[in-house]
Amino acid sequence: MGDDSALKGRGAVTYAAPPRGRAQPRPGRRQATTPPPITHPGAWWTWSLGLATAATRTTNPLLLTLLITVTAYVVATNRTPTPNSRSYTAFAKLALAVLLIRLLFAIALGSPIPGTHTLLTLPEVPLPHWAQGIRLGGKVTAEGLAFAFYDGLKLATLLICVGAANALANPARLLKSLPGALYETGVAVVVALTFAPNLVADVQRLRAARRLRGRPDRGLRGLLQVGLPVLEGALERSVALAAAMDARGYGRTAQVPASVRRTTTALTLGGLLGVCAGTYGLLTAEGGGYGLPLLLAGVVAAAAGLRLGGRRTLRTRYRPDPWGARAWLVAGSGAAVAALLTLASVRDPGALAPGVVPLVAPTLPLWPAAVVLLGLAPALPTFKEPS
Amino acid sequence: MIRFEDVSVTYHGAAQPAVQGVDFEVPEGELVLLVGPSGAGKSSLLGAVSGLVPHFTGGTLRGRVTVAGRDTRTHKPRELADVVGTVGQDPLSHFVTDTVEDELAYGMESLGLAPDVMRRRVEETLDLLGLAGLRDRSLATLSGGQQQRVAIGSVLTPHPQVLVLDEPTSALDPAAAEEVLAVLQRLVHDLGTTVLLAEHRLERVVQYADQVVLLPAPGAPPVLGTPAEVMAVSPVYPPVVALGRLAEWTPLPLTVRDARRRADGLRERLAGREPARGTTPFTGLLPNSRPRTSRWRARKQTAPTPARTAEVQALSVRRAGIDALRRVDLTLAPGETVALMGRNGAGKSTLLNTLVGLVAPTSGSVQVGGLTPHRTAPRDLVRRVGLVPQEPRDLLYADTVAAECTAADADAGAEPGTCRALVSGLLPDVTDGTHPRDLSEGQRLALALAIVLTARPPLLLLDEPTRGLDYAAKSRLVTILRALATEGHAIVLATHDVELAAELAHRVVLLADGEVIADGPTAEVVVASPSFAPQTTKILAPQQWLTVAEVREALT
Repeated sequence: MGDDSALKGRGAVTYAAPPRGRAQPRPGRRQATTPPPITHPGAWWTWSLGLATAATRTTNPLLLTLLITVTAYVVATNRTPTPNSRSYTAFAKLALAVLLIRLLFAIALGSPIPGTHTLLTLPEVPLPHWAQGIRLGGKVTAEGLAFAFYDGLKLATLLICVGAANALANPARLLKSLPGALYETGVAVVVALTFAPNLVADVQRLRAARRLRGRPDRGLRGLLQVGLPVLEGALERSVALAAAMDARGYGRTAQVPASVRRTTTALTLGGLLGVCAGTYGLLTAEGGGYGLPLLLAGVVAAAAGLRLGGRRTLRTRYRPDPWGARAWLVAGSGAAVAALLTLASVRDPGALAPGVVPLVAPTLPLWPAAVVLLGLAPALPTFKEPS
Repeated sequence: MIRFEDVSVTYHGAAQPAVQGVDFEVPEGELVLLVGPSGAGKSSLLGAVSGLVPHFTGGTLRGRVTVAGRDTRTHKPRELADVVGTVGQDPLSHFVTDTVEDELAYGMESLGLAPDVMRRRVEETLDLLGLAGLRDRSLATLSGGQQQRVAIGSVLTPHPQVLVLDEPTSALDPAAAEEVLAVLQRLVHDLGTTVLLAEHRLERVVQYADQVVLLPAPGAPPVLGTPAEVMAVSPVYPPVVALGRLAEWTPLPLTVRDARRRADGLRERLAGREPARGTTPFTGLLPNSRPRTSRWRARKQTAPTPARTAEVQALSVRRAGIDALRRVDLTLAPGETVALMGRNGAGKSTLLNTLVGLVAPTSGSVQVGGLTPHRTAPRDLVRRVGLVPQEPRDLLYADTVAAECTAADADAGAEPGTCRALVSGLLPDVTDGTHPRDLSEGQRLALALAIVLTARPPLLLLDEPTRGLDYAAKSRLVTILRALATEGHAIVLATHDVELAAELAHRVVLLADGEVIADGPTAEVVVASPSFAPQTTKILAPQQWLTVAEVREALT
């Protein structure tokens, strides 16, 4: 939006309506009424989280670049024309920023990696004795930079994977697949998520309005001055939305016996505790024995609690997304990439984590690269339009 | 269907009840219209039906409201959701999901209807409201009329017995308003839905009402009756009723058709008289529809003349892949009032925003008082052009009227006290310490107007100034704007309100799809268009009278 709808008030984006009376790109009625086939959003999340998991297993810049290329290609071939799909670019920019910041820190603060190839020496700032272990300026080595670059690229790849999931699967659609007991919380979260974009739009509108009073519409002061009105407006809108949701039946509950309610609470709480304890056990060295069983028991209890809790809500689902063959393919390819790359990292750690000291040029290991390419499965043309 | 039993509503901290002594019943299958001046408690009464008052808003409700046999005291809004559908003033704040189809299904999902029932009803509603082509569209990309229809559709799908609407047509252009009203009419006639609606623009709705409930003043008990009875005593009435009262027709006509049947006598009395129309003294400068081909010559012809407040030439604005304006030409002379009309999304606001430099032209030129708005520093620009935005609140930052005025004086570089003097002129009974938020819609508009006028801009722009104003506030606005025009301000109003345009404007510019499709004296443009003609014109056609005031003047 931005300045676009600067002063149109809340009924903002009315321009976007297509001009009436012009040929619509929809020839037949049938075509207009059948929505494009939608892959289950859960499948896209599984796919991208699989790719992200794979990214955590390697620091090889060639493999990481390959992973990024795979996500970019799949997003380019599969995205839908929704505002959501623009989030990939946003995440890519964020990833680039993360990478650059990581490199800057490595240059300014030095790196713990011992290196011999000194590229340049920055003037070092002497720091007081309590700041031991921190260095400002000093030698910048090629090894340190390479390490920071690999590390930053890994983080960037993770971000890009999340961006791909955002672009391919609308979070609001994922909401439809939540268990009934969690749905209402989910709606609250989604509504809260729209709060930020609305706030940004308001800030832009009000800053533009400052111009009408003869004040500069840029600068920090202007931002501060519109702060209060913007928050007031956002609050008012939230209250109006809450009223509308209430009047439309949000939060209606069915009567369930007290015993069911108590069992639900016990199962959910017990399950969550089990998950926490189990995770702790898995992560600490001495809890290896009880960690996994406790985690599994916790998950089962929590799932049962959620299922039972679903009885309290009357909600039904309008056209839930089916989990079809394509969803299996998409989710499966992501999971396969994660599993196979994890396996590769165990069997051949050298290829996936190229050495920094001594500095060697990374090579593209053949098999792991082929595994990463499995992630391209959702972009295959044969699967693009299942009949 | 809806029963009020001696209901009164008092909000926290209010000295007196917002409404009291409300005691009436709305029978099943009727369309009941709630009328009254701003602040008379219409919204409170509507809220009481859906249970939002007092469950959501707070305050105390005395008496009893029952809807389809359910007492709102014991039923929360969500427990009434299956019998009452509520649509507020702003459809955007009503939407929970982000596409049309999901929005239609949302209410049914909350009520737990079976999936096949939901599917069927969504399809039915898409057809009923003519939304089938928009089903996958994102709600934010719809026009105002489409959004309003989706909002109505979203509460229709659970098949409520009662529909409560707060100003459903205020933000809509005349055609979109008719669309929405036709849908309501159909619901009442075909499905037996009971409709309770509040609306300021009576000329649009009064003929559809079976009964009218009048709230004459804040806290005064309501008057109930047939539309004709209530309109005879109501302090708010549409032009057709004003004309009926003037000509002493009984019973009062409510539709243009009824009025035309009785208008023969009046037309005879008016025959041979001319409306005393203060035509703009600058008619010589009205832009001619230049041939598009000779752009070069056109530019040469319009060499700068000092008598021009603003000049727009071949202006095109393209944003987000959409042509908001295409080769628009417009010249504004001092003392001239121009109404900018056209459907929602036609580019009216974009044109105004371009004139104040909020939007940079993609091609073409804009000159205001010899300056290019988007390249001029805001401080200098406020002395050339002022815009009162659609939401006057956007201009107000301070927490008292006095602080707002001091800031406005400083911004405009005017003598201290200039703004306060203007405010006192426009709003005699507003004290310094009042918070702008506590002002009524009309008062807030007047305050924003005063702030803009502090810099005495020769060009004054108003975006939808009458949204949410009652007839009294509107007539005050008309007086103020007339006075400003006589002082030599050029005024541009972007409006859907044909009655306002008829009363104020010397010239009407019609926009469609970002192009100027008509530009000429109000009488000519407005008379030629069935949807933009004011009621008086329709009644007295073929004679060309625009407002009741003109007729009154001619008769005396």
